[in-house]
Amino acid sequence: MIDRLDTRETESVPATGEAATTIRLETVVNGRPVSAEIEPRTLLLDFLRDRLGLTGAKRSCDVQVCGVCTVLLDGKPVSACSTLAYEAHGREVLTIEGLARFGELHPIQQAFMERTAIQCGFCTPGMILTTKALLDENPRPTREEIAAYLGGNLCRCTGYWMIIEAVEHAARLMAGEEDRS
Amino acid sequence: MSTLSHRPASTEPMGAAQGNGAQGLVGLSAPRVDARAKATGEAKYAGDLQIPGLAYGKVLRSPYAHARIVRIDASRAQALPGVIAVLTGDDVLDINPYYGHAIKDRPLIAIDRVRFVGEPVAAVAAEDPQTAAEALELIEVEYEELPAAITLDAALAEDAPRLHVTELLKPGLFHGLGELKPQPGNICYHHAFARGDVEEAFAKADIVVEGEYHFPAVYQYSMEPHTTIAQWGDGEITVWSSCQHPFLVRAEIADLFGLPVANVRIVVPYLGGGFGSKSYTKLEPLTVALARKARRPVRIANTVDEAMVTTRRHGMKAWMRTAASADGRLLAREVRCWFDTGAYADNGPRVVATGADAAPGPYRWEAVKVDSWGVYTNTSPAGSYRAFGATHLQWIGEAQVDEIARRCGLDALQIRERNLLRPGEAVRPGGKPLDADLIGDIQKVAAALDWGTPKPANVGRGLSVGLLAAGAHPVSTAFARLEADGTATLYVSSTEVGQGVRTVFSQILATELALPVERVRVQGGDTLVTPYDRSTGASRSTTLAGLAVQRAGQELRAKLLEIAARVFGLPEEAIELRDGAVWHEGESISYPDLIRAHFGMVGGELIGRGEVRPEKGTGSYAEGPVFWEVCIGGAEVEVDPDTGKVTVRKAVSVADVGKAINPRLVKAQEMGGWLQGLGNALFEEMIYDEQTGQILNATLFDYHVPTIADLPASFVSTIVENEDGPGPYGAKGVGEGALAGATAAIVTALYDAGVRVTELPATPERVWRWLRERDSAAAGGAQSARE
Ligand code: FES
Ligand code: FES
Repeated sequence: MIDRLDTRETESVPATGEAATTIRLETVVNGRPVSAEIEPRTLLLDFLRDRLGLTGAKRSCDVQVCGVCTVLLDGKPVSACSTLAYEAHGREVLTIEGLARFGELHPIQQAFMERTAIQCGFCTPGMILTTKALLDENPRPTREEIAAYLGGNLCRCTGYWMIIEAVEHAARLMAGEEDRS
Repeated sequence: MSTLSHRPASTEPMGAAQGNGAQGLVGLSAPRVDARAKATGEAKYAGDLQIPGLAYGKVLRSPYAHARIVRIDASRAQALPGVIAVLTGDDVLDINPYYGHAIKDRPLIAIDRVRFVGEPVAAVAAEDPQTAAEALELIEVEYEELPAAITLDAALAEDAPRLHVTELLKPGLFHGLGELKPQPGNICYHHAFARGDVEEAFAKADIVVEGEYHFPAVYQYSMEPHTTIAQWGDGEITVWSSCQHPFLVRAEIADLFGLPVANVRIVVPYLGGGFGSKSYTKLEPLTVALARKARRPVRIANTVDEAMVTTRRHGMKAWMRTAASADGRLLAREVRCWFDTGAYADNGPRVVATGADAAPGPYRWEAVKVDSWGVYTNTSPAGSYRAFGATHLQWIGEAQVDEIARRCGLDALQIRERNLLRPGEAVRPGGKPLDADLIGDIQKVAAALDWGTPKPANVGRGLSVGLLAAGAHPVSTAFARLEADGTATLYVSSTEVGQGVRTVFSQILATELALPVERVRVQGGDTLVTPYDRSTGASRSTTLAGLAVQRAGQELRAKLLEIAARVFGLPEEAIELRDGAVWHEGESISYPDLIRAHFGMVGGELIGRGEVRPEKGTGSYAEGPVFWEVCIGGAEVEVDPDTGKVTVRKAVSVADVGKAINPRLVKAQEMGGWLQGLGNALFEEMIYDEQTGQILNATLFDYHVPTIADLPASFVSTIVENEDGPGPYGAKGVGEGALAGATAAIVTALYDAGVRVTELPATPERVWRWLRERDSAAAGGAQSARE
């Protein structure tokens, strides 16, 4: 199984047989400080998935079009497939694994579940995190604003309608309106 | 974008209903059982799995469309530190390396010849992906280029280079195509049927519409690209793979590597979409061969451009003519279509046959003649994609029906009401008669489009209806355990690709056992554990695997009643199952207590089995299908006459599903299918360079799939439940019809707006050109009228 990165770890085995220069990355992932030796070229997505075992962020297009690799960097969505891990240095990363607190789902997760905005689920972590960034910025977006903000997240399964419904539902849940169905 | 107003899809009852009585949970939109795992990132897909000692595989692919491999030198790659093994064609000569479920035409890695750009030529297993990628650069391959046939026309030409010695090809394990005859030239497969006298019908017709049409190659784009892990050990193979049909993969792997099927285990995690792209065998043989050489478990994960050359939808060229009488009676149709199956057959023959089935459309004909060919070309192989065959041909037939309607002064609804088949009428000779109320369905589409009301300029409304032979082969099994604590575990091999099978099956089993749905757990597909299911595709899972689940539940139910009758000392008829207990009048015994009474201890379990097999005949495709999936849709489009840009204002779907076990999931299928149909109709197209065979738009920058910005302004979906399906509670499948229905409805709506579509996708350039052609024809017509 993947070794969870020990934050006390100071040594890191270079990825290839050749000795590669490494740099020290200090970051916070899902509220937990992380310190690691990485190759400068390491992508954030590989760091999260392969080093930290956080596989919720997925890989698909690899060219910043599809959004399945979305994580939040200081609260803003980034495509981890096209972001160097070192860009997270001194900043905070939130992945889907960090959204639920102590087993309690975030209202956006709740809303996606209740509104059937999930089919295969491959786009879901990215969709939910992008939605979080949206609703943190704009708690009551219009449908047009939702569509504009989620424009960089593809979903091949749902046809998006139920995702839009879920985002609206999440906005109401987060506003504390009694709207659970 | 304009305002989104989709009618509330949440009018159906939702939530955690209790199983009470025979149909307790059926028809309720129970929440998805996998939603929590997927919303928290816990759900594991093939690329998320780690196993001890895992090595990373990468594939060197051919840069040529057609070439002889003169020499491969992998020694430098092999010497790179961190490289475990390099696989080339020479490494598989101890087995018969050819596979293909329809035709065994494909080597698992190129053997002295490559037939498309992207064909695997070598594969490397290394300690990490970067090293594997570096090693690929060190492999030297010398090619001798051969003349290539990239397009259908090139492959069909008299002097075309031949891809295969078709006479020598062997049928695959599951071709299901009757007798496979060797074909001439680059023909991979030919399917034909005829009835009535076509020539006579055309001779007497008042109206004949005729045309040539083109449909592009399309990329399924399941967001998760194909991913496979294989482990080779001591006469046993274990594969974890993003595959839809684990049992068919198992059989092909066992056949290739000469092992009994029991020694091959295929485990299927969650799939990040499939849509047919993960049907049948894809990366598995190559990954197993690499693991065999590496003596280590190996993962190969496609990138998007690799997924594109792994499988795609068939491009197609068709010629069609339709005859009618002056009063709008459809008389005859003749169709010839050529499907571009690429370098290897994959599921091409089935696509060719299903396309032929869809070609006549659901109308009452005096005479029909259909010829459908699959053609090898030097392009990446084509296989299944949602609603294949129907999506290819429905738009063509429906556009011709509308043209006839216009010429005889009927509207698109009237001509369909007049000519559509009625329930029980023959769709094709020897096959299953029509099992749906198409006229009722199309009237619902028309109503949702406000048919007959005035519409603004440049706006068109279109209807379409067709049939798709669905269900594949009717063989599925399932079993269920009722555990000592009164929870149930269901073992069934249908793959959860996102459609929600596990949720629907939980509802079915919970209903039969009168349990709350939360008390049912569904075991994911694992051929060592879960029993045989033919496949997950062809809209078959609810209908066939669902029936097996229902039967497993019924067997458990019967056992519970039998035990309860003994314990109560009453006849079974006096006992009912309710809320996880057996009841007689006011008295009840919970399942755990009943199981304890049966075994005399705290423990034990009851097992129920369910089996589905052909009820009469052999279940062959010719006798089938299991059911006719209704492919129906409606669209309202607006055309910008200056730019040719098409906007879909309104999307309409009717899901004729017999019985909606989970209405919300039915709508989810309709919406997702509709938007894929929109992509197929308006912009999706894989473009091959006609000289080199390279795909010119092999990234998602260049290959445009529908985004949230492409949503129609409104979506209206209606579910029709006539309980006329062969599945549990009268259900029949859903999931594909909306795609074919939508594509064709957009085409007929464009026709209504004055655009005669002869080639998809209907891009702005093409639409603009067709508008000019229409205007100049009208001008010419006006001129000749004056002369
Ligand atoms: S994988 Fe990063 S945007 Fe697609
Ligand atoms: S749910 Fe499958 S891609 Fe969005």
